[in-house]
Amino acid sequence: MAKDTRDTETGLGSPLRRKLLMGLAGVPALAMMPRGAFAAPPTSAVNTTGLAVTDTEVTVGILHSATGTMAISETGSIQAEKLAIEQINAAGGVLGRKIKIIQEDGASDWPTFAEKAKKLLVNDKCASVMGCWTSASRKAALPVFEQYNGLLYYPTFYEGLEQSKNVIYTGQEATQQILESLNWVAKEKGAKSFFMIGSDYIWPRTSNKIARKHIENVLKTKVVGEEYFPLGHTQFNSVINKLKLTKPDVIFTDVVGGSNVAFYKQLKAAGIDLSKQTLLTISVTEDEIDGIGGENIAGAYSCMKYFQSLKNPNNEKFVPAFKKMWGEKTVIGDVTQAAYLGPFLWKMAVEKAGSFDVDKVVAASPGLEFKEAPEGYVKIHPNHHLWSKTRVARAKTDGQFEVVYESPELIEPNPFPKGYQ
Amino acid sequence: MTNPVQTLSKSLTVNDNPFMKPVEWLSLLLLAGVILVVLPLALDAFRLNLVGKYLTYAFVALGLVICWGYAGILSLGQGVFFGLGGYCMAMYLKLEASSVENTKIQSTPGIPDFMDWNQITALPWFWTPFKSLPLTLLLVIAVPVAFAFIISVAMFKRRVGGTYFAIITQAIAAILTILIVGQQGFTGGINGITDLRTLNGWDIRTDHAKFILYFVNGGLLIGCILLAQYVKKSKLGRILVAMRDKEDRVRFSGYSVAGFKVFAFCLAAAFAAIGGAMFTLQVGFMSPSFVGIVPSIEMVIYAAVGGRLSLFGAVWGTLLVNFAKTSFSESFPDLWLFGLGALFIAVVLAFPNGLAGIWREHIEPRLTRRAKSLRPPEPIAVPRGVPHGAPAE
Repeated sequence: MAKDTRDTETGLGSPLRRKLLMGLAGVPALAMMPRGAFAAPPTSAVNTTGLAVTDTEVTVGILHSATGTMAISETGSIQAEKLAIEQINAAGGVLGRKIKIIQEDGASDWPTFAEKAKKLLVNDKCASVMGCWTSASRKAALPVFEQYNGLLYYPTFYEGLEQSKNVIYTGQEATQQILESLNWVAKEKGAKSFFMIGSDYIWPRTSNKIARKHIENVLKTKVVGEEYFPLGHTQFNSVINKLKLTKPDVIFTDVVGGSNVAFYKQLKAAGIDLSKQTLLTISVTEDEIDGIGGENIAGAYSCMKYFQSLKNPNNEKFVPAFKKMWGEKTVIGDVTQAAYLGPFLWKMAVEKAGSFDVDKVVAASPGLEFKEAPEGYVKIHPNHHLWSKTRVARAKTDGQFEVVYESPELIEPNPFPKGYQ
Repeated sequence: MTNPVQTLSKSLTVNDNPFMKPVEWLSLLLLAGVILVVLPLALDAFRLNLVGKYLTYAFVALGLVICWGYAGILSLGQGVFFGLGGYCMAMYLKLEASSVENTKIQSTPGIPDFMDWNQITALPWFWTPFKSLPLTLLLVIAVPVAFAFIISVAMFKRRVGGTYFAIITQAIAAILTILIVGQQGFTGGINGITDLRTLNGWDIRTDHAKFILYFVNGGLLIGCILLAQYVKKSKLGRILVAMRDKEDRVRFSGYSVAGFKVFAFCLAAAFAAIGGAMFTLQVGFMSPSFVGIVPSIEMVIYAAVGGRLSLFGAVWGTLLVNFAKTSFSESFPDLWLFGLGALFIAVVLAFPNGLAGIWREHIEPRLTRRAKSLRPPEPIAVPRGVPHGAPAE
């Protein structure tokens, strides 16, 4: 008995108890704080899974290549995501919390993406991550996001054949990009024969497979050639000779990265005039033209969902804001715009869910509409891809595109297309 | 300083060339203590897994110490063997992850997903051995060693050596990368083999599994160090050094130089292959980005930073470079490559013999002096300036 009493006595005098009491004494002071502070719901309610969320801040990761061969492509995405986050913060943040960015460099190296993804999820407890660019980097990081139940917003147009609970794909999957543009070229140019040229990896191969099925089975026309070159390849003379021999109505290309520069220059040098020869590419945006040079590619048709020259009120606000933050000379390509969507789609999903918990945010995502998207309007499909329009535009000598066709309706994303596999 | 000749004769008579000298035992204990005790206690699961990844490269660096430091064969294509070992392991894990129920949505269930995307409808013949775990474990070593054997016999029997050999290994690294990327239906192409889940039913993705794999990895590394030490200390090791310094004399003495070179190269390949297999297990995928020229050269840098004549130095060098790489890139995502470059230049300029050089010149003499003062009558002969086991350069 005596022992018990003594225990209570020490309990009364314990430092912890004193701290708690002092904390209680502070409660009335809370009432004097400005009302605005109460707009943010308590952290314990919006974060039940131990993410890096405080009463004033929420941590979001950015994971792209700032160094290495992919840096030239991925920098635009980093810039767009930072712009979006700055705009969200300026408008009051997410659930009353400012977004804090932790940026990691994937260094154009797929295993590094996996390592850094793990760091962002396990160490930094990021509520979401905007990142990855190439399919290879996504494939490397995906198991990490699935294992630790993270949330990735992936901006690049890609080959499809994937659908993960932990990823929102803000770019187009292959059918969204290809089918409408082939219909257009068949109808508008009366194209009967196609020659396909691509870089040798999964995206061009899958895209060309889908294109071939559509050309042969739906359009009932023919493919006269299909050639692949290793990434970084710069000698296209042999295939250009074949183009001269087969004289296809349409050259369909998905050559990526630095190879583009060599390909279009050699095409021009060989006397293939893109104002007469129809060339349809699914891999050239304003970013690539920066390297290729407008005069080398003028006249080619590119098929994307976004072009910097789009005329709509959203884009007219987006382009100047982007240039103000990153300089007058920057250009904005398709993927850059798709990367810009990520933070907004996440914010909307968090606010709809009333929580930062990944499961709840994922559950709230399908059906979300983003009416302020620079590309016009997008909506998240239950398969985690976006409904978006397909556009065809013609390259001009100044490095910009002139939109010549826009699908009348939003195209439904279909990462596992029946009849195209 | 005593007369070198006198010291040499003393070291031969007194020491009689033991397996490891006291300082070397100390180095081993230090390394084992750090890898197996200090790091697991000090680091959380994520960082420990990273260290585990770094240590898989240390196997390659260890092989390079034998092959380059002792036998004088500079190979710029060790990524080939690291990659082959890793791919062998990845093929087994991928087959296990591609069970019929896991791959229901494919047009051909039961084969790896990338094969299905590439319209392959049956498992290629060279994948079938990897359905069995014991066979896989054998092939992890056997495939890279057989490949190394073919290359080295072809080269060394024709007395191709030095720079020419280095260039050829580099070409092989490039060829193998192109082959893997090009044959994506069979190899997974540039994406590599991803989404590996279980090893014989044991989930390798959990923190617990990673913890166990870390110790398996550490244990194997220590085992490899001891094996390398055995080779180094044996007569064979001394022939390797003799061959490196005066190849013709060894040949005229009646030894088959090519045979010894083939052995050193194959041993390095076997070490690299073990590293590759452990890499796949710990990181959960394998891709052609480890096979190419750049990673192969990077692995030579690990050995150079650590000191190419020191087995322990190679491990420390690998750890140092990779720690620097990770922490620079976390702190300065845009500028970190410059920091890493500066580190290499600084190390090479200030310490041409790498980390091991610092140890030998500054720490080891002090330790021996202390040991001497403890045991006054019979001085142990570890004279300053003569690195353990290896003749001074």
